[in-house]
Amino acid sequence: MMDLLNILLSESFWAASLRIATPLIFGVLGALICERAGVLNLGIEGIFVVGAMCGWMAVWLGAGLWGGALAAAAAGALFGLLHAVLTVPLGLSQHVSGLGITLFATSVSYFTYRTALPNVSSPPRIEPFQALDIPLLSDLPFLGPVLFQQTALTWLALLMVAVVWYIMNRTALGVAIQAVGDNPDSVDAQGLSVYGLRIGAIVAGSALMALGGAFLTMSAFDAFFFGMVNGRGWVCIALVIFASWRPGKALFGALLFGAFDALQVRLQTEMGALVPGQVFLMAPYILSIIALVIAARSADYPRALLTPWFKGQR
Amino acid sequence: MIRIEPRENPSRAFAIGIPILSAVISLALAAIPLLAAGANPLTAYGEMIKGVFGSVFALSEMLTRATPLIFTGLAAALAFRAKLWNIGAEGQLYLGAMAAVAIGSGYLDAPGIVLLPLIILLGAGAGAAGMMAPTYLKVRFGADEVVTTLLLNFIILIFLQMMLEGPLQDPMGLGWPQSAPVLDQGMLPPLMERMRVHSGLIIALVLAAIAQFMLARSVWGFKLRAVGENAAAARHAGINVNRSLFGVAAISGALAGLAGVSEVAGLKGYLTSDLSPGFGYTGIVVAMLAGLSPAGVVVAALFIASVFVGADSMSRAMGVSSFLADLVVSMSLLCVLVGGFLAKYRILRTREAVS
Repeated sequence: MMDLLNILLSESFWAASLRIATPLIFGVLGALICERAGVLNLGIEGIFVVGAMCGWMAVWLGAGLWGGALAAAAAGALFGLLHAVLTVPLGLSQHVSGLGITLFATSVSYFTYRTALPNVSSPPRIEPFQALDIPLLSDLPFLGPVLFQQTALTWLALLMVAVVWYIMNRTALGVAIQAVGDNPDSVDAQGLSVYGLRIGAIVAGSALMALGGAFLTMSAFDAFFFGMVNGRGWVCIALVIFASWRPGKALFGALLFGAFDALQVRLQTEMGALVPGQVFLMAPYILSIIALVIAARSADYPRALLTPWFKGQR
Repeated sequence: MIRIEPRENPSRAFAIGIPILSAVISLALAAIPLLAAGANPLTAYGEMIKGVFGSVFALSEMLTRATPLIFTGLAAALAFRAKLWNIGAEGQLYLGAMAAVAIGSGYLDAPGIVLLPLIILLGAGAGAAGMMAPTYLKVRFGADEVVTTLLLNFIILIFLQMMLEGPLQDPMGLGWPQSAPVLDQGMLPPLMERMRVHSGLIIALVLAAIAQFMLARSVWGFKLRAVGENAAAARHAGINVNRSLFGVAAISGALAGLAGVSEVAGLKGYLTSDLSPGFGYTGIVVAMLAGLSPAGVVVAALFIASVFVGADSMSRAMGVSSFLADLVVSMSLLCVLVGGFLAKYRILRTREAVS
């Protein structure tokens, strides 16, 4: 019990929680924007992979870290656009298209990586984002190490929470995006483009998802591995329901998940002798399912989620 | 202006033509990554064809590869017909495989006539059980089964590693995370001498035929299709929707579990955590290419298996990454999806704006 308290009060624990939460913050925000506009994006898992691969490869080719982040976002946007074309004007099954995007994006990434690096045994490393050491603030007790020694991408994720919140709640664009996910007919009646809003939302959301992937290769690790995304995208799809499609709650959900994941790693080292390590590895996925089950009953799904809309057809 | 209008009588020719066209287009599109990898596409296609049809051995390899895909393809096709999105075939496959080695690798030393049916039944049961949990969460709490089945895949894979380092580990295996081999009399007999193709294929084909018949002709199949097409209307017509969902969930999970049984007790002989290179996920593509028809699943599985086996062989001969196969498979899914749109709707050019 003392040990648990020690862990929960340690700076390194909360720093790790925020680090683990970062890709999920990007992912949940991205999924939130797509679903608010009425389109489920199961391409997320593959878009994470594309972001991780493109970000890493751009840096490896000498584009610089921000160039890498930009390349990742652009690649994510491109696959998002493909999902958007299939699901919005063509109105195809969002489930199948999303899974197709995940398979396609993953295999494109793996094929490209293998083709560029045919014979490497250990993946080449890049110089990843370093912790932003902010003078004075970094020296603050507790908050210093937790907040002010994170990398720039973590700060970008936190900034995006605020940006998405502001756009969704305080701008006409946000109102329109939410309306298009609830009642596209009303948006159309106002002379706005349902297709344009939905496609734009999916492209933007997918770019955010890809940044979540890029964080893995450019901040959390310094190389690209097969299978490194490991279900993080699917966790985001569960968390967005838990967050009831709100950016603030999305941040909370991602942090809760991050804290839980950081805790299981520490408990694993403390109690490894008593319980097989895999029990702890399973815990984050089980937690996601539990979060989903708790939230599902009262979930206020965007009303037009999964429903295609065609112009001139009521 | 462009206007989209539903076709009044979607032609049957589309139902067969579109998957074939999608397969051809996705193979043709593979020329792009082949060129990018610096290979001559025509030589590569030649190598792929040789790798599948070039010898009896090659053909046997293709049928071996198709076997698990028929099982997982059927698992996806039946569930999707009822709009139950079982994306968890990968996990259910491993549950079936674990059950197979748990009973089959020495725990029960019975004659084959007892042991083999028991392995098959337990494997199917384990897969079915694995799909009951997410279906319960869906029916009882409204938890989206797409997410729960996807997450369960990861949970089951970790559970598998735990079992392979624990109770299921081969005591003679020098500490490797693998199970003890299935007893000889518990193995599915091979179909040809010195070839890997095994009688799991026969089971898969028989089950596909049964599924085809049941879906088209039985009351069960009628209810299943009714639930999938319009759950509210089906409920109104007096169909117990939940019961239909649990029923198809069990069958879908059992089929995925049988894929695991067939791989362990038909091909590998023992269980490792890399038994399946994503057969569960590929089964979804198989089902979609098949237009969710069980008979179509067999054809689609043969096609996808040919792509994998052909690409493997081409990869060995030409040094192009065998991820090319995954690329072709995923592109064929996207193509058939677009093709489905063209079958259902026609795109009209209209002169005046439509209000």
